[in-house]
Amino acid sequence: MADATPKSTGKLDSKAPSGPIEKRWDTHKFQMKLVNPANKRKHTIIVVGTGLAGASAAASLGELGYHVKAFTIHDSPRRAHSIAAQGGINAAKNYANDGDSVYRLFYDTVKGGDFRARESNVYRLAQVSTAIIDHCVALGVPFAREYGGLLDNRSFGGSQVSRTFYARGQTGQQLLLGAYSSMNRQVDRKNVEVYSRREMLDLVLINGVARGITVRNLITGEIESHAGDAVLLCTGGYGNAYFLSTNAMNSNATAAWRCHRRGAYFGNPCFTQIHPTCIPRSGEHQSKLTLMSESLRNDGRVWVPKAKGDKRSPKDIPESERDYYLERIYPSFGNLVPRDVASRQAKFRVDEGRGVGPSGEAVYLDFADAIKRLGQAAVSEKYGNLFDMYEKITDENPYEQPMRMYPAVHYTMGGLWVDYNLMSTIPGLHVLGEANFSDHGANRLGASALMQGLADGYFVIPYTLGNYIASNPLPKVDISHDAFKASREDVSLRLNRLLSVKGNKTVDDIHKQLGKIMWDLVGMSRNEAGLKTAIESIRQLRSQFWSDVRVAGESNFKNSELEKAGRVADFLELGELMATDALERRESCGGHFRDEFQTPDNEAKRDDEHFSHVAAWEYAGSQGDKVTWTRNQEPLNFEYVHPSQRSYK
Amino acid sequence: MAEQKGMTLNLKIWRQAGPKEKGEFLKIQAKNIIPDMSFLEMLDVVNEELVRTGKEPVEFDHDCREGICGACSLVINGNPHGPEVATTTCQLHMRKFKDGDSIVIEPFRAKSFPIVKDLVVDRSAFDRIQQAGGFITANTGAAQDANCIPVPKKNADLAFSSATCIGCGACVAACKNASASLFTSAKVAHLALLPQGQAEREERVLKMVAQMDAEGFGGCTNTGACSAACPVEISLENIARMNRDFLAASIKHR
Repeated sequence: MADATPKSTGKLDSKAPSGPIEKRWDTHKFQMKLVNPANKRKHTIIVVGTGLAGASAAASLGELGYHVKAFTIHDSPRRAHSIAAQGGINAAKNYANDGDSVYRLFYDTVKGGDFRARESNVYRLAQVSTAIIDHCVALGVPFAREYGGLLDNRSFGGSQVSRTFYARGQTGQQLLLGAYSSMNRQVDRKNVEVYSRREMLDLVLINGVARGITVRNLITGEIESHAGDAVLLCTGGYGNAYFLSTNAMNSNATAAWRCHRRGAYFGNPCFTQIHPTCIPRSGEHQSKLTLMSESLRNDGRVWVPKAKGDKRSPKDIPESERDYYLERIYPSFGNLVPRDVASRQAKFRVDEGRGVGPSGEAVYLDFADAIKRLGQAAVSEKYGNLFDMYEKITDENPYEQPMRMYPAVHYTMGGLWVDYNLMSTIPGLHVLGEANFSDHGANRLGASALMQGLADGYFVIPYTLGNYIASNPLPKVDISHDAFKASREDVSLRLNRLLSVKGNKTVDDIHKQLGKIMWDLVGMSRNEAGLKTAIESIRQLRSQFWSDVRVAGESNFKNSELEKAGRVADFLELGELMATDALERRESCGGHFRDEFQTPDNEAKRDDEHFSHVAAWEYAGSQGDKVTWTRNQEPLNFEYVHPSQRSYK
Repeated sequence: MAEQKGMTLNLKIWRQAGPKEKGEFLKIQAKNIIPDMSFLEMLDVVNEELVRTGKEPVEFDHDCREGICGACSLVINGNPHGPEVATTTCQLHMRKFKDGDSIVIEPFRAKSFPIVKDLVVDRSAFDRIQQAGGFITANTGAAQDANCIPVPKKNADLAFSSATCIGCGACVAACKNASASLFTSAKVAHLALLPQGQAEREERVLKMVAQMDAEGFGGCTNTGACSAACPVEISLENIARMNRDFLAASIKHR
C-alpha cells in the first residue's frame, strides 16, 4: 500500500507570481534572466516528442539560436498523435463579438476544470492564446474562413461563446503540420537535429540535474546516450493505460514514467478525461477507439429510448418515446454540457438499461433535426469527413440513422508536476503539453489541448528555459560520464529481463487485462471498494507480467513487441498509481467521480476544505514488484474565480 | 455484441529481415476474421498467433488507426492501401473481403523508400523534401493580428485541400516511376495559394523539387495513378500548379 500521508515539501514551490493576475506573466517575463544571443548556440536542448508541444518548442528554441536535438518514436515527426485532434483550438480573440475576452477564457477554463488548476497558469494560457492564432496563420495554417476572407469561429463543447478556430475536422493535423514546417525550417538552418525512431528509456541525472537521456534506436536496437543542458519532455498523455482509448497505438507513458522513477513528481494521476462521443466497441478484436469530434454536439441531439431494453430500430421509436436526456436535465446548456458531464450521463443511461446498439453500450447522436433545418448539404459541409469516417468504421449511414456513441478515454489532465516555469521537481527537466498536469484541472474543455500544447512550446518555454539556462552554472558534460554508462546498463538490463521471461501470455493479453481493470474500476465512476480491488488486481497482474509474459524477437533489431512490452510494464505501475490517487482523493471533481461523493442530482461534489490541492506523487522506491509512493500536496488558492458548484442547468 | 461469422483468409505476406536481406512471402491463414475488423486488426490477430507459436510477428508501421497520421502503408493485392478508394489501410475493413479470399500484402516499393524490415519502409526522404523548403519563414512572436491577412474563402479551401496530405507515400508506391510529385506539389500548392506563402514562393518550389530529384524519385508523366491511390484524394491539379511555378521560377532564377 502506498504511504498516503499528506505531506508538503519544499520541492513543490509553484513559483507562481503574485500581484494582479493580468500583470503576472509580463512581470515574470521581465524578471527572468536572458541568455546572451551569442551563447545560445553553445547550449544543447533535448526535446523528447514532436507533437504540438515538442515541435513548437523545438522550432522556437531553434529560432532563438539554441542547438536543439528533437527525438521521436515515429518514422517522422509529423506522425505525433496531435495530428488526430479534430475539433479546433480556442483563442480569446473575440472575433465573433459575442462577449469573449482573455478573462472569460480564463474563467471558463478554471471553472470547467472544476477548480483544480492553478489560476496563474490558466490566466497565462488564455493570454497567449491569441498570439498562437496569429503565429499559426503566419505559418500558413489553412483555418476555415468566412466569405470576406476573415477567420471563421465556432462554439465548442461547454462554451457559450464562439472562440474556436478550426480547419474542417482536421485542426490538429493542420496545426501540427504548421509546427512541423516551422521545425523543418530550423533543420534547414542547422539549429535543430531530428532523431526519428528513437524511444527515450531513461533520464540521465548528474548531481541531481537532468543532463541527458538514454534512447533505444528502434531500427538497430542500439542504446544511445545524448547529453544536453536541459531536457524538455513533450511526450503526451497516458490514456493507453486503459488499453482501449482514442490515443494512437504507440502513445505511451514510458518516457514520463522513467522520469517519475528518477524523481519527477506525478501530479493528479487520477484525472483522466473520458470523451462522450466515440464510436462504440464492436468486439474483442478492437485495438483502439475512434473519437467523433465534440463539434457534432452543436447540431446532433443525444437521446436514448424512454423504455428499458427497447430494441426497436431508432426510426421506429416515436418522438414521444425518446428521452433527449441532456436537453431535459440541462436546459440551458443542453447537448453542449462539458465532456465529463456528458460522459457520465451516458453511463447512467446505459447502467439504467436504456443503452442502444448491439452491445447496449451506446446512446444515439441524431442529426435528423439538423438535416431538416439546414439541409443535408450544409450538414455535410460542416461534418462530412466525420460522417464518412463513421460510415467506414460502422457500415451505417449517419445521414439516415443516428450515430451510436459511447464515452472513451481520450485525454489525461494529470501528468508530471511542473511549476509556473514548466519545470518538474527535477532541475532541468521541463514538461510540456499533455505530459504535464498543469492547466486543465480535473477536466479539460474542448479545443483547449491544442491551445495548451502550442502555448507551452511557442510562448512559454522560450522564456522560462532561457531563465533556467542563464541562472544555473551547467558545467559541460558529455556522454562519457559514468552516469550515462550506468543508465545505458540499466536500460539494457531491463530489456534483457523483458526478453528472458519467455512465458505464455502475449503483451497484448496482459495489456487488455489491465485495460479492463482500469475501465471497470478506475473509469467513469470510482468507489473505495472498487479502487482497492483495482490496486490489488493490478499488483497481481504486474507479478504475472514479469513471470509469464512472452516477448518475441531480439533486442538488436526492429522489434515492436519489445517496444510494447516496456510500455505495458510501465502502465502496470502507473495504473496502480492512478487507482491509488483516485482512492486518496475522497471527493468528486471534474472527470474524477466517486460514487460516494455526489449531489442529490448525481453531480460531482467537491470537497474544497480537504482537497483544494494538487496531489503530487513522489516515487519512493520499489522492492521486487512492490512500488511505493509518497503523496505530497500543492495547495491551490483561488483569488479570482471563486469555487462554486458547477451548474450547467 | 452482434454475431458475425468468422472468415478464413489466405495471406501472402512479404517478410524481409533487413534492408540488405533477401525477402520472401510468408504464406499463412488468418482465421476467425470478422467483417467489422479493420485490416490492421486482422494483422494483429495474425501477429498474436505468431507470437503464441513462438515465431516473430510481422513488422508494419501504424499508429493513429484513424486515417490521419500517415504511418500505415502496405500494398494490398497490388493496391497501395488496398482496394477501397480514398481509404488508408487502417480504415479498410474486412467486410470488403470474402471468406476464402487470397490477399497479397507487400511493402510500399520504391528505390527511395528502402525496406527496413518486413512491411516497414524508410520514408525519411519525404521529411528531407519538406526540410528543403516546405515552410514559411515566420519567427514565433513576429506575426501581426491573424485577421490582417484576409484570404478569399475559395483559396483558403483549396489550400486546405492540398494541406491535407498525410505523407504516407502511397502516391510513390502507385507510380510506375516512383515519382514523389504529388507529395511535393501538395505542399508547394498549399503555400503558393496563400498570401503568406508568396515571399518564398519561387525559392520554395526550386528547392523542394531539387531535393525531390536528389532523393532519387522518378519523373512525373501525368498518368494520375498517384491521385487515384491517394487515401485523402490529393488532386492532380497540385502537380500542374507545381510545374507552372517551377517553370516560372526557373526562368527567373537562371
